[in-house]
Amino acid sequence: MRKVCSALPSYKLACFATLLLAGMAQASDTLYVESWRTDDANIWSDTIIPAFNKHHPDIKIQFSPTPPTDYNSALQAKLQAGSAGDIITCRPFDASLQLFDSGYLEKLNGLKGLEDFSDVAKSAWVTDDGREQFCLPMASVIHGFIYNKEIFEELNLTVPKTQDEFFKVLAKIKSESRYTPLDMGTADQWEAATMGFQNIGPNYWKGEAGRKGLIDGTAKLTDQAYVDTWKELAKWKPYLGRGFEAQKYSDSQNLFTLGRAAIYPAGSWDIQTFNNQADFEFGAFPPPVLKQGDTCYISDHTDIGMGINAASKHKEAAKIFLNWMASAEFGELFANAVPGFFPLSNHSVAIKDPAAQTFISWRQQCESTIRNSYQILSRGTPNLENQLWNVSAQVINGTMTPEQAATETQQGLEQWYGPQQ
Amino acid sequence: MMFSKRTKEHKPFPWHLWVFLGPGLLIYLTFSVYPLLDTLILSLYEEQAGQSEFVGLKNFITLVTDENWSSAFWNALSNNLQFFAFHMLLQNPIGLLLAVLLSSPKLRLASSYRTLIFMPTMLSVVIIGFVWQLILSPIWGISEEFLYSIGLGQYFDAWLGKEGSALVTLSFISVWQFVGIPMMLIYATLLNIPDDIIDASTVDGASPMQTFFHIKLPLILPTIAMVSILTFVANFNAFELIYAVKGALAGPNFSTDLLGTFFYRTFFGFQLQQGSSTMGAAVATLMFLIILVGVMLFLFFIQRRIQRFQF
Repeated sequence: MRKVCSALPSYKLACFATLLLAGMAQASDTLYVESWRTDDANIWSDTIIPAFNKHHPDIKIQFSPTPPTDYNSALQAKLQAGSAGDIITCRPFDASLQLFDSGYLEKLNGLKGLEDFSDVAKSAWVTDDGREQFCLPMASVIHGFIYNKEIFEELNLTVPKTQDEFFKVLAKIKSESRYTPLDMGTADQWEAATMGFQNIGPNYWKGEAGRKGLIDGTAKLTDQAYVDTWKELAKWKPYLGRGFEAQKYSDSQNLFTLGRAAIYPAGSWDIQTFNNQADFEFGAFPPPVLKQGDTCYISDHTDIGMGINAASKHKEAAKIFLNWMASAEFGELFANAVPGFFPLSNHSVAIKDPAAQTFISWRQQCESTIRNSYQILSRGTPNLENQLWNVSAQVINGTMTPEQAATETQQGLEQWYGPQQ
Repeated sequence: MMFSKRTKEHKPFPWHLWVFLGPGLLIYLTFSVYPLLDTLILSLYEEQAGQSEFVGLKNFITLVTDENWSSAFWNALSNNLQFFAFHMLLQNPIGLLLAVLLSSPKLRLASSYRTLIFMPTMLSVVIIGFVWQLILSPIWGISEEFLYSIGLGQYFDAWLGKEGSALVTLSFISVWQFVGIPMMLIYATLLNIPDDIIDASTVDGASPMQTFFHIKLPLILPTIAMVSILTFVANFNAFELIYAVKGALAGPNFSTDLLGTFFYRTFFGFQLQQGSSTMGAAVATLMFLIILVGVMLFLFFIQRRIQRFQF
């Protein structure tokens, strides 16, 4: 450009102005977003960024994701080298807390957008004492059960609300049809813990009360609530498919989308897969409660947050963007673009996907909590989350009793966690 | 003074040696020796809150005495020994048998069999793991149908998912994949045996069995010994198949955990478990020592006693 300018002296002034403008545009705020959600690149460029630019055309956003498995280490390296983007997508709990403690993440206390979030939603990105907030909650995933509506109609079943009804439904599917009643395997182990234990557990340990109890040491994993959770898991065994011990997560998904299984213990992220692959209608119900009229609890697990790089030169612009992300408008855009990932703000958002709509409606009827092993409790050796995978899979396989599972995990926790000693 | 100067003049510095050795040596030093030494050194440190501190043998003591670490370590070691035993008892004898069959002059299409048997060895472990999971799957697999058709249907089970059978099943898969290597090595040695020795034994009235046990087997023993040591090293470094089929948590209940997967979890972390590079280095060092000791015992007690023949 400079060459062009000097070659045409008569336009020098105009040229100068153009250069100045170009320079200004460059100095103006382009925010780079670090993320592991490579799947969402199109949603950002086609939906989220244009919507934001309608309000703030002066702030440019560039979404630059890294593959999920590389994200943590790549981000760490970039932050150390000072080349990381302005906005950082935050993993929940310890991974981000470590970044904050090392001084890489900006403290967000006082950010206006934060007022629109509940404490449960914010809990994944605060310091242990609850004082300092370092990321804005962005999305969560909810656990429950997804069922095949056609099979339910065929066998004349109603959606179970209590556990008795749940097991009656399972027994009826098993005796009256060749469908797999409950579609889950234990080969990968994490389903047993995540779709099993963390899915039905909150009803037993009363959600947040029980989770906080474990953290402050007033509750133990050997308490009745936890033993009962594993007891219910043990009761699943006869209703699982043949050879469920070798059934992998992808097998379970395929079994359901092929219409060969009736009920699928789910995470809401499965909705996207099922929408693409299943040619029947499916619905969802929350984990059944013990007795009719009991308060229900759901696992509404915080999964994605947004923070600001402490070394960013555009913190003000980044804060404007984060505040916009807290708005109802963003919530609605995001929830509809990625069904199964739910915005965490308190605004009511209209979701078009019917299954996702059901999932998010539970927030009104039930109390939300997050997976109990994620905050603080999986920092030591032995690692509680790994233990939960192992014992939950074993309880379902029938190679371990619920009491043994409780004793083993509690002993593990007592070895390193002060409040439990 | 004069003398040494004269020898220097007579013997110029052997530059050509360095020029030829240099590139290989440099690569070997940077990518093999340096990382190994660095691992050994790293295992003597402990990292806490970004500060690393020299702690001597503490990591190793934790690894073999602290219940949380030692039970996992011994479990992985014992699984690894079973894994190795399976390969020694199945892979190498089958490899030997196949090699003998292949080298038989009466066999037609020998090179086709050779290629087919060697094929799985060239495939990626991820593909092997995926294919075998499908074959053995209780939902989609063909193995159940197959067993029913030969009347053994009641013995079918979710082998890969049961604590008692998962490791054995994985060993079988691994044996199936790698049986081509001992076969090829032994086959090559068998082809090298001069025909006149075999002819002489036939003339002397030896049966084919006698020829095999008294002539061929002693001649291929050095190769069998080499195959064994290769199997040992490969098995104690095994990781990919377990990771591809059972994941890093090597379920059910760690029944398929090998030293490789144990190292992976320790070094890189897993799910919510934070990785520890120093503890991981300690595991890696122990793996190195186990392999080193194994190879040394083998060299001292077996390799030295084996007679080699030159034709």
